[in-house]
Amino acid sequence: MSQTIQAAMAPMHQDASTQREPAPGGDSLLEIRGLEKRFSLSGDFLEQLKFRRGRIVREQHHVHAINGVDLDIRRGESLCVVGESGCGKSTVARTVMGLLTPSAGEIRYAGERIDHLDSKALLPYRQRMQMIFQNPYASLNPRMTIQQTLEEPIRLHHPDWKPAQVVEKVHEVMSSVGIAPDWGSRYGHEFSGGQRQRIAIARALAVDPEFIVADEPISALDVSIQAQVLNLLMEAQREHHLTYLFITHDLAVVEHFGTRVAVMYLGRVCEVAPTATLFARPRHPYTQALMSAIPRLEDDRPQHLRLQGEVPTPVNLPSGCVFHGRCPHANDRCRREIPTLIATDDGGQVACHGVEEGRLT
Amino acid sequence: MALLDVNHLDVRFALRQGDVKALRDVCFSLDRGERLGIVGESGAGKSVAAFSLLNLIAKPGYIAGGSITFDGLELTGLSDRQLRKVRGHRISMIFQDPMMTLNPVLSIGEQMVECLKAHRRISSREARAISLRKLEQVQIPSPEKRLDQYPHELSGGMRQRIIIAIALLLDPDIIIADEPTTALDVTIQAEIMALLLELCEKHNVGLILITHDLGVVSQVTQRMLVMYAGRVIEQGPTREIINDPQHPYTQGLINALPQMATPGERLNQIRGSMPSLSQLPSGCPFHPRCDFATRQDGSERSRCKTEVPAFVSSGNCQVACHMVAEMQDAERIEVREENS
Repeated sequence: MSQTIQAAMAPMHQDASTQREPAPGGDSLLEIRGLEKRFSLSGDFLEQLKFRRGRIVREQHHVHAINGVDLDIRRGESLCVVGESGCGKSTVARTVMGLLTPSAGEIRYAGERIDHLDSKALLPYRQRMQMIFQNPYASLNPRMTIQQTLEEPIRLHHPDWKPAQVVEKVHEVMSSVGIAPDWGSRYGHEFSGGQRQRIAIARALAVDPEFIVADEPISALDVSIQAQVLNLLMEAQREHHLTYLFITHDLAVVEHFGTRVAVMYLGRVCEVAPTATLFARPRHPYTQALMSAIPRLEDDRPQHLRLQGEVPTPVNLPSGCVFHGRCPHANDRCRREIPTLIATDDGGQVACHGVEEGRLT
Repeated sequence: MALLDVNHLDVRFALRQGDVKALRDVCFSLDRGERLGIVGESGAGKSVAAFSLLNLIAKPGYIAGGSITFDGLELTGLSDRQLRKVRGHRISMIFQDPMMTLNPVLSIGEQMVECLKAHRRISSREARAISLRKLEQVQIPSPEKRLDQYPHELSGGMRQRIIIAIALLLDPDIIIADEPTTALDVTIQAEIMALLLELCEKHNVGLILITHDLGVVSQVTQRMLVMYAGRVIEQGPTREIINDPQHPYTQGLINALPQMATPGERLNQIRGSMPSLSQLPSGCPFHPRCDFATRQDGSERSRCKTEVPAFVSSGNCQVACHMVAEMQDAERIEVREENS
């Protein structure tokens, strides 16, 4: 059944891709506009009903995971999204992949809106965009051999391929990530963490995607293995002309890997800039604090800008700039008015009233 | 004499397939008020090393040999009752996950008072006063209120501060911190590490910091051990090891960091992965991954495969590597030839 649907989809997909060029917005592969995602905390309808002052009222609470994110991902670049836990970086990744439906906003892939498509219409896009997850111990099905794991996406997206062709492709991607093809009959648990992440990368590469979302792909791995996997991702980018959306909390990795960086705080993007620019001259006070907190090898003592307090909960968002409660430079306007991203003279964008007014350099 | 002396410590896990040697021949010492880092990847044995100091390794693990001397007292072979006088009192511990270490059904105050009363004969009122003072020391806002709160009401960073306060309750001589900031965000990590460092310096408390983060080690500790496959392979002053690592594994570990490479270029990776402790290679445990197991002229250094390297001194550091030993011998011969 599903095979016939895909067979019908395949020619449509080819037509669509030829019509789509050139995409509006220049070289942007993916455009995110005003993206919002709320998760309800209040359960179903009956659980939301509360008895207040003699009346029945309906109460709803939400986690505001992302509130109004604008991002462009250009063809061939690695856009790194950094931020602390709870800032919404993984939610952005999952919403882009269509694993979550956005509460508001638009996502355009190569000029076409994809955020409202159903899973059938999304299938051709799923071949062009693939995802690598954080934990390679959880993302491989323990009951499938590596061969089966890698064959599955190929069979789904290329139902017309002959079995021999599928096997050949599996062997090709396995050797391209440095896993010997004759290990295909083994199961996931027989591999180490680094090898499993290679297999997860092979699975993403198996359908020849052009865009890969990697959600903290190396943070579950040891230092010496992290370097191996990062090298592999960079090689794959050169060979297959990939575009990456790379989610991480590790700024040292970003400095090495990213073309551009987006810094997120509490569901908003506070700064986007080319990597070298951001590291040479961080503009947003949060970016400055974040960068000073990385422990560096040459330091003899911790030397970071201390922030007051902790990240507020995304259930009750602060008014105005989400960072104002911890910002040493906040004034009345910051507490009232939400800053928008403005272009800076060195090619980046910053959402900060202080930078806009020239109070901060 | 050092406050803590660990000599030839052997820890094994008795499994059905036979003993797994989790630690072999581990030696180190810690002076009063000194801060020591233990670095290594997962499976290197760094946590086992720390846990075995207080005999916290669960069965089937056991200490198979060696000695641990703390302030003149031999800790191996002590009964639980005798060990409790040291554990949590003179040597206290901070664990990795602040979500798991606090008891969820007791308020913060109850947990702190409980700990004080277990070791000292004092009234609840006194214990509460001490707890409050310790919470102030770890810079928790409105400490009075926190005493009556439960762990779930506090954020991760706040919980880790409370755990540090509990570790300091009985004014210990040594704190063992096992990856204290791994579960936390970078900005919170920076604050917690700065706080821990400040408190250790102020109260002259020794610190054994277990981490995989070389940046943290370089900021906080004075000396460090690098562990690989259950053995210490390099030890010495932190600054010297970070600036000029001698062991090929330490070199590889530091060179693999993204900040050591030009952005966008290939990172210097170490090939292969850490061997499992039940299938350790013969000789030097690092030799299958080591680029120096073959000499520059292409000949193989057979000792790397057959013989476990002994420590050689290099500056103020000690390194367990045949290559370093061989190079030193060669230098010595050169010097001798020049002199004659």
